[in-house]
Amino acid sequence: MLAESLFFSAVLFTIGVVGVLTRRNAIIVFMCVELMLNAVNLTFVAFSQVYGVGGQVFVFFVMTVAAAEAAVGLAIIIALFRHRQTVNLQNVNLLKG
Amino acid sequence: MFLQEVTGVAHPLTATAARWMWALPLLPLLGFVLNGALSIFSAYHAGPADPGAPEAHGSHDVTGGGHDDHHHVAVRHRFATLTSIIGPGVMVLAFGLAVAIFMAMQRAGPELRTPFIQRYYEWMPVGDLHIDAAFQLDQLSMVMILVITGVGMLIHIFSVGYMQDDPGYPRYFSYLNLFVAFMLVLVMGASYPVMFVGWEGVGLCSYLLIGFWYLDKANADAGKKAFIMNRIGDFGFLVAMFMLWANIGTLEFDGVRGQATALGSNVVTWICLFFFLGCTGKSAQIPLYTWLPDAMAGPTPVSALIHAATMVTAGVYLIARSNFLFALSPTASLTVVVIGALTAIFAASIGLKQWDIKKVLAYSTVSQLGYMFVGVGAGAYVSGVFHLVTHAFFKALLFLGSGSVIFAMHRAYHATHNEDDAQDMRNMGGLRRYMPWTFVLMFVATLAIAGIFPFAGFFSKDEILGTLFIRARGSTLADANWLGIPGGIVLYACYALGLAAAFMTAVYMMRMLIYVFFGPNRSGERERDFLGEAPWIMTAPLIVLGVLSTVGGWLNLPESIKLGRIGLLDRWLEPVVGESTLRITHGAVPKVNLPLEYVLIGVALAIAVAGIIVAWIVLKPADLVPKREAKPEEGFERVLANKYYVDEIYDDTVVRPTVAVSRDLLWQGIDEGLIDTTLVNGIGGSKGIARIVGKIGSLLQSGQVGTYAWVLIVGVLFVLGAFTIR
Repeated sequence: MLAESLFFSAVLFTIGVVGVLTRRNAIIVFMCVELMLNAVNLTFVAFSQVYGVGGQVFVFFVMTVAAAEAAVGLAIIIALFRHRQTVNLQNVNLLKG
Repeated sequence: MFLQEVTGVAHPLTATAARWMWALPLLPLLGFVLNGALSIFSAYHAGPADPGAPEAHGSHDVTGGGHDDHHHVAVRHRFATLTSIIGPGVMVLAFGLAVAIFMAMQRAGPELRTPFIQRYYEWMPVGDLHIDAAFQLDQLSMVMILVITGVGMLIHIFSVGYMQDDPGYPRYFSYLNLFVAFMLVLVMGASYPVMFVGWEGVGLCSYLLIGFWYLDKANADAGKKAFIMNRIGDFGFLVAMFMLWANIGTLEFDGVRGQATALGSNVVTWICLFFFLGCTGKSAQIPLYTWLPDAMAGPTPVSALIHAATMVTAGVYLIARSNFLFALSPTASLTVVVIGALTAIFAASIGLKQWDIKKVLAYSTVSQLGYMFVGVGAGAYVSGVFHLVTHAFFKALLFLGSGSVIFAMHRAYHATHNEDDAQDMRNMGGLRRYMPWTFVLMFVATLAIAGIFPFAGFFSKDEILGTLFIRARGSTLADANWLGIPGGIVLYACYALGLAAAFMTAVYMMRMLIYVFFGPNRSGERERDFLGEAPWIMTAPLIVLGVLSTVGGWLNLPESIKLGRIGLLDRWLEPVVGESTLRITHGAVPKVNLPLEYVLIGVALAIAVAGIIVAWIVLKPADLVPKREAKPEEGFERVLANKYYVDEIYDDTVVRPTVAVSRDLLWQGIDEGLIDTTLVNGIGGSKGIARIVGKIGSLLQSGQVGTYAWVLIVGVLFVLGAFTIR
């Protein structure tokens, strides 16, 4: 059971990584980040079957942070759209000094 | 409630008032928080008064009292009344608690052999190092607590009168409260690191209060000087702690005491010498004493509390507390005695020619601290602590009395817009008629410090000198060598220095009294009408201190003068220092040699009286002139008036070279010359190497989130790979 769970979460995580790296739409990138977080959550839960309840506790923290991050991230994307009329990341280089 | 160590038998103090001892430092800390809050609150919400402007007062000391002129209205802080209640209030409570704890300790009586320790939490659990935030209560810390809270309370009350018209009044009291809190941490800490917290904390408060009127650059500079010189001493304290830890692996007083004998004799000597370096900073001994006279820039009650009665005696406390270390090292103990004796006579001689009333007292403090070190150095730990206590009484009284004098002088000069120096003794004279209470009390304090029977200083100073003499006749110190000189000879020489310093003490104190209180008044015609006694809230604490200065000697009467129960302090401190004292005297309690004692007492008394008489003969009150008519000093007098030019020597040998190296070499040479000019702009001119590297580096910062993500992932894969392959 552990091996299947870990394999599944590895697949999910890889999908997330590839999505972040290849997609240009900020919303999609954002969703992929969430996917990676949940892949990690799955690993935690899977390991907690073996190593005790600590992993499950940690998942709650990850979920909380993910929720907060979703709120902040979406707000940024909305602000970005209002500002530039686009959510294509290639058209945005605000991080440049 | 606390992390109590599992011990078989409960400590006799467990169920008494002593269990509240954690509240002792918390009470003044509460005062600090409240007064500080008032100060900050008013700084944000009030008008132009704050912060702490000394307005048109120049370098003078007092902003207080009777601003009845038309130029500016007295800027009384709007929370002054509240502060007057909180500031001294917490001190009254703390003193009450201290007395209750003292009573509990007295009831417990002779079964009280071990300190009562409260552990609050693990402060530094690092590897093998376990330092708890813990307080300990024993007979020595109790003496200190009573002095700090008792004398502190009186000085807080005095401050109400002295400072209440200052615009920074709540700030003043918050610092003063904080000082007391840290001082209590210093004497109650159960280990060297906890003590060090207090040690540094009082240094901070000293700095803040010396520079209390910080708009005047001289005051701020004096604060910095005190702070920096103390850092040199703290280096010694730290090194001593490191050495203790490296050699016996514990820093708690109880643990060190148990294992001290396991240390090698060289190690003990070095530990003690480094601790003593800390003492020379904090307690203003040669060579680090020069900050203390400058510290007089602070308000006078601060000088009384911090720079006379309590903080500067922390070094004496440190040695008395570490008696189990110092008793093992005759070399270090002799060093303490020698430095103490040299400081005593050196500072006393400078005090002979100072004109500023507070400077006289400052050098007097340095000199008296020297006596205390002679005491604790010679293994007469009780005598050192005894002198610490009596000195706290009479020196606090002298400082507060001088505060009253300055207060009156300043008020008079202020009323008549006289620009003369209100602290220069040449401008005073004849104040006896205008301030009779202050005169009588200052006179008592002068007799006490000069060592006239039966005032407090007589007993304590005599005990130090007497014990020194007895130690020279037979002790581990007398058997040891100090830089090749036999210890006995060193001790006899220090005894002679101590007597000479006692003579000078009597002379300069009498000189101060003559200049300030006797003869015709030299303040000026119009000023005379404004001279007068300070308000009762300032005089009342003086009276209490006057009584203490008179009867303080009864704390530890010698065998030879049976005016009551003898040796109270000896017996009280026996559990703390008894073992070490026996070690120094070869395990024998020295027999009291009454004829010898009477001779020693007679010599000390004769010298004090001689000093007073000499001062009377040399100084004719009628011939004294105010400052503006005074001739400059000549010859050796000028050397004394300029304090042996020690400050100038330090300037030339330490300060200026440091500044020169910092500015000319490190800043303008290396930083500007080498790095800026040569490396950055030099190679390749304005299109130099630095710019080219910068250009390349900036290409990485594309601003593209995708690129950053790629770099991140590649980096993660690289790190993971490095971990897995290996």
